[in-house]
Amino acid sequence: MFRRLGNWLEERTGIAALIRPVAEHLVPRGSTWLYVFGSATLFAFILQVITGIALSFTYIPSTSQAYQSLKFITENSALDHFLRSVHYFGASAMILMVGLHMLRTFLFASYKYPREASWMSGTVLLFLTVAMGFTGQILRWDQTAIWSVIVGAQQASYVPLIGPALAHFLLAGETLGGQTLSQFFALHVFVFPILIIMLLAPHLWMVIRNGISEPPKPGNPVNSKTYVQDYHAMLQRDGVPFWPDAAWRDVLFAVVMIVVIVGLAISVGPPHLAGAPNPTDLVATPKPDWYLLWYFGVLALIPHLLTPYVIVGGPLLVFLVLFLMPLWARQGERHPLRRPWAIGIVSIVIVAIASFWWLATWEPWSPRYDAPPLPTKVVGSVSDKALAGAKLFHDQGCEQCHRIGNYGGFRGPNLTYVGNRLTGIEMTWRIANGGYNMPAFGSQLSSQQIDQLVAFLQTRTPKLSEGQ
Amino acid sequence: MTDKPTNPMAEGEASGTPSSDDLSRRRFLGRTSLGLGAFAALLVGIPTLLDVIKPMWRSHPRVWRTLGPVDNYKTGQTVEVSFENAGTDGWGGAAAKTAAYLRRDGQTSFTAFTVNCSHLGCPVHWEQSADMFVCPCHGGVYYANGDVAAGPPPRPLARYPVRVQNGNVEILTTPLPLNGRVPKQG
Repeated sequence: MFRRLGNWLEERTGIAALIRPVAEHLVPRGSTWLYVFGSATLFAFILQVITGIALSFTYIPSTSQAYQSLKFITENSALDHFLRSVHYFGASAMILMVGLHMLRTFLFASYKYPREASWMSGTVLLFLTVAMGFTGQILRWDQTAIWSVIVGAQQASYVPLIGPALAHFLLAGETLGGQTLSQFFALHVFVFPILIIMLLAPHLWMVIRNGISEPPKPGNPVNSKTYVQDYHAMLQRDGVPFWPDAAWRDVLFAVVMIVVIVGLAISVGPPHLAGAPNPTDLVATPKPDWYLLWYFGVLALIPHLLTPYVIVGGPLLVFLVLFLMPLWARQGERHPLRRPWAIGIVSIVIVAIASFWWLATWEPWSPRYDAPPLPTKVVGSVSDKALAGAKLFHDQGCEQCHRIGNYGGFRGPNLTYVGNRLTGIEMTWRIANGGYNMPAFGSQLSSQQIDQLVAFLQTRTPKLSEGQ
Repeated sequence: MTDKPTNPMAEGEASGTPSSDDLSRRRFLGRTSLGLGAFAALLVGIPTLLDVIKPMWRSHPRVWRTLGPVDNYKTGQTVEVSFENAGTDGWGGAAAKTAAYLRRDGQTSFTAFTVNCSHLGCPVHWEQSADMFVCPCHGGVYYANGDVAAGPPPRPLARYPVRVQNGNVEILTTPLPLNGRVPKQG
């Protein structure tokens, strides 16, 4: 019965005849577990489309109601709560898988002839994936989100000539307003997904047309004159059908990924919603989600004068280098051991991102507004003059950036033992004149106040700690 | 076998030697079809694109918003104020407002600073006891007059125009200052 129905359909549609050769096309033997990240990205994307559509049944993309609808999604409905969680961890998974996919492709030099266009379309897909992440974070429309829009607009405004126009495009106006959220909604739900699908089509088609790259062997360089012929000869000699010989790994990995996403969604839950959006509430520290957090650290730590160049040139340079790389290195050795620079670049990038990441979770550059006044046991028994200095140390904001004992910020040098390092005159000079990251207090404080501060700081020595 | 894939449905037509008249007719039909298609696409596409990107140049007339009686403000004190943006037409919800720091300098003179750090736009804090603005994001610091004291900000805090009218302080709605500068009106 089913067979007859199937035959009836097949005779009229030819779908099986279309799909079977694609599913069973020969792939190189030995395509190992390292080849599953691309399909995992695709599965994560499909998961995002489905959960995203489901969320849009409840979410209200209106400036005045979005936050309330998200509150409802998060707090009042168990299934919506679950969906929002899955959508968040799905996004994280997609970013992670894109990264691993790209890493594998780069280390195996799979971008070389004839797969240059696959890599180039992949570069654009990478940026679109990050854009999806950023616009998705804005749709939370909480206090962090609205300030992130402002931070995004400020970054765009550093672009020469068209900067302010770009910023106004992001804001959908000259300030935040009724249209801002509608625009981010349209970008996140229509524009970027459609662009992704439009690019995904050729990206996947090229996998069929050019085949997946065979695992590299040292001493077997790509030669554009002979590669395609050799590749097909190798497939005829030694290839296996993609379905099911290779596809089972893709399926199994994707299933594990989805189980992990669901597990995290249930056990951890959706990302925290900051307070209701309010541009007049200035208690906000807009921070990007985890996958861009490291970039937040970069912006804090680059030399200040370079800021405009890094904000504009950094992403542009990364894009151009990635996009054009296969045109520059289209032939030659593929094995990572024969391309030590590739291993070097990957190591440097990973270490750099990890370091900036770690710093960005700790934020040593941010002032600690909430640092309490130094307690008596830290100040110790000192003269009245030094005691007044200790009070100034807190009241004048020194403590927000400088640390004494376990109190205060990290931006400036730790002053726990500054009495051993600097003389009174040196301290006075620094307090009065400031420096690269320190305000000059010469016009803020009276000379008597500076004397009191210096008197206090001079008592900061290891001897004092021993005396306690 | 030729290199080019052939369409089996077109085989009948393609076989035989087409005359030069056939060829020029086909070329004409092909190019005209593409040209007409492009025309229709641009006819709708250009206004659609312009509509999507119109926030790039569209500006609203700036208006004065009242911040209340002058006597509400103590001389020398810096306080946070907020006012409604221009052109939000009542449907901007919570996002329709802008905050600013207002300081009364004298009997009728006021200064208003943007709350947006000139580095990346984070909201700066006014630290009353230290007489400085401090940014939570990357540690930018400004003196009371808005000049950069330390950290990454490239420019002083931008200012909003303020005036005193009939005993009320008024502030002029202004596009979001970008990197410490108020963008030119389009």
